[in-house]
Amino acid sequence: MGIIKARKLGYDYYEYEEEGKDPEIVHAVEDVDLDIQAGQFITVLGHNGSGKSTLAKHMNALLVPTEGTMWVDHMDTAQSDDIWKIRQEAGMVFQNPDNQIIATVVEEDVGFGPENLGVPTDEIWRRVDESLQATGMVAYRKQSPNKLSGGQKQRVAIAGVMAMKPKCIILDEPTAMLDPNGRKEVLKAVRELNQAEGVTVILITHYMEEVIYSDKVFVMDEGRLVMQGTPREIFSRVEKLKELRLDVPQVTLLAYELRKKGLPIPEGILTIEELVDEICRFN
Amino acid sequence: MIRDITIGQYYPAESVLHRLDPRVKFIGTIVYIVSLFIFDNWGYILGSAFLIAMILLSKVPLSFMVRGLKAIVVLLIITMLFNVLLTPGEVLWQFGILRVTEEGLILAGKMGIRLIFLILGASLMTLTTTPTKLTDALEKLMRPLKKIRVPVHEIAMMMSIALRFIPILLEETDKIMKAQMARGADFESGNLIKKVKAMVPLLVPLFVSAFRRANDLALAMEARCYHGGEGRTQMKPLRYQRRDGIAYFILGLYLAAAILLRVLLGW
Repeated sequence: MGIIKARKLGYDYYEYEEEGKDPEIVHAVEDVDLDIQAGQFITVLGHNGSGKSTLAKHMNALLVPTEGTMWVDHMDTAQSDDIWKIRQEAGMVFQNPDNQIIATVVEEDVGFGPENLGVPTDEIWRRVDESLQATGMVAYRKQSPNKLSGGQKQRVAIAGVMAMKPKCIILDEPTAMLDPNGRKEVLKAVRELNQAEGVTVILITHYMEEVIYSDKVFVMDEGRLVMQGTPREIFSRVEKLKELRLDVPQVTLLAYELRKKGLPIPEGILTIEELVDEICRFN
Repeated sequence: MIRDITIGQYYPAESVLHRLDPRVKFIGTIVYIVSLFIFDNWGYILGSAFLIAMILLSKVPLSFMVRGLKAIVVLLIITMLFNVLLTPGEVLWQFGILRVTEEGLILAGKMGIRLIFLILGASLMTLTTTPTKLTDALEKLMRPLKKIRVPVHEIAMMMSIALRFIPILLEETDKIMKAQMARGADFESGNLIKKVKAMVPLLVPLFVSAFRRANDLALAMEARCYHGGEGRTQMKPLRYQRRDGIAYFILGLYLAAAILLRVLLGW
């Protein structure tokens, strides 16, 4: 059993449209089974409204399943006794960088999590130093978060989660509100954390380019888990992805079209380098 | 235009006053305000001397301090005018129902000095203390109130979050205003009622977004294990240093001197 495991997970909620009208039941997540091993880099892909954010909130016990079970590090998220332990072990970074920074100084925000956990003062300072170092934000520690760029704010948010010493970190579309540079910056920080610190990363996104470095990809559609596999396995099924209204990275699409026209190119090309290598092999 | 509003403005500098424990500064400000009401006439010399000494110690430029007074100019003029005109006593000058008395002039002078010193004293505190430290001090000082179930920690947390979001909401107001103006909204012309009405399409989206932000923030705080003040440690706990003791001592001397002067000499 991995660090995060779901069995037959389902989450329903009522949607109230008009007064007097009966509320409609929405199945945000339905019948999801997954098992994530510690240390992996996982991507969850999906169109808007596919239930990927709802799934993410289950991993942090912000939501409790209405059906099935979710375990985080062998703890059942429905058992409220373990809730703070679960939230410490599975940190979460949200989409809007402005709405998740609490303090008026960067270093104080990073210290917010450990403060809540009741960590002694000296230890808080050590953790803040380490987390700022790991995300490359040491130079900004005394600044006001309002003066930082979007990418920098997200790195502060990631540092804030790291200071709680989590086993895994869930990022719910952390790059959706950032410019391309900010996106690269955040992804680099996340990849480094995964490789250097061995933290399990679960990245929720709808940008295909962010998927290629992950160990495993989950694709969600209408609340269900419809595909899972390595990025190569996923991207070799271009047709299926199009059906789910998901874009394929441009190189992969080009390789796919070339292959369809009869060129001997293998399935699931992910990077420009790979395609160049394949094409050069023709001579 | 909206960005000109600064609340709890802080002037960064390296001075003894900046390094003092915020609790000392908070209590000091209250003591100073009380002393202003103890003095009757000559006592203000002591009050001025103390204030000038503190301003010099703080290394905050005087021009910066005076800027804080601008906001109260109107209030100051009105207060003094009422005092001059409405105090009964020996008439110095009369025109119709308007009359100026000697007592009125003296009282107006006192009120003016009190108000100016009060504002200068209070702004000296906010200029030398970061908002975060000020809320920390308030939380610590109000701790005894916890016994009568005042949610001290929650109040302090709310204050510090408000301080963090003031610039963000101001920026957002600016953005919404510009977006509305680009579509022909008019915030400037017309009478007062028209102007107030024009604010409605500005306030509605602002409130909606403020609620959304509050919801997001609450979620983010919960995700980071926030569960109230219970069992919480502090990254920067307030600890009294030697200099804080000395400051309390000086403050005590000042208050004693103020009371003695008033009681013994009638100053």
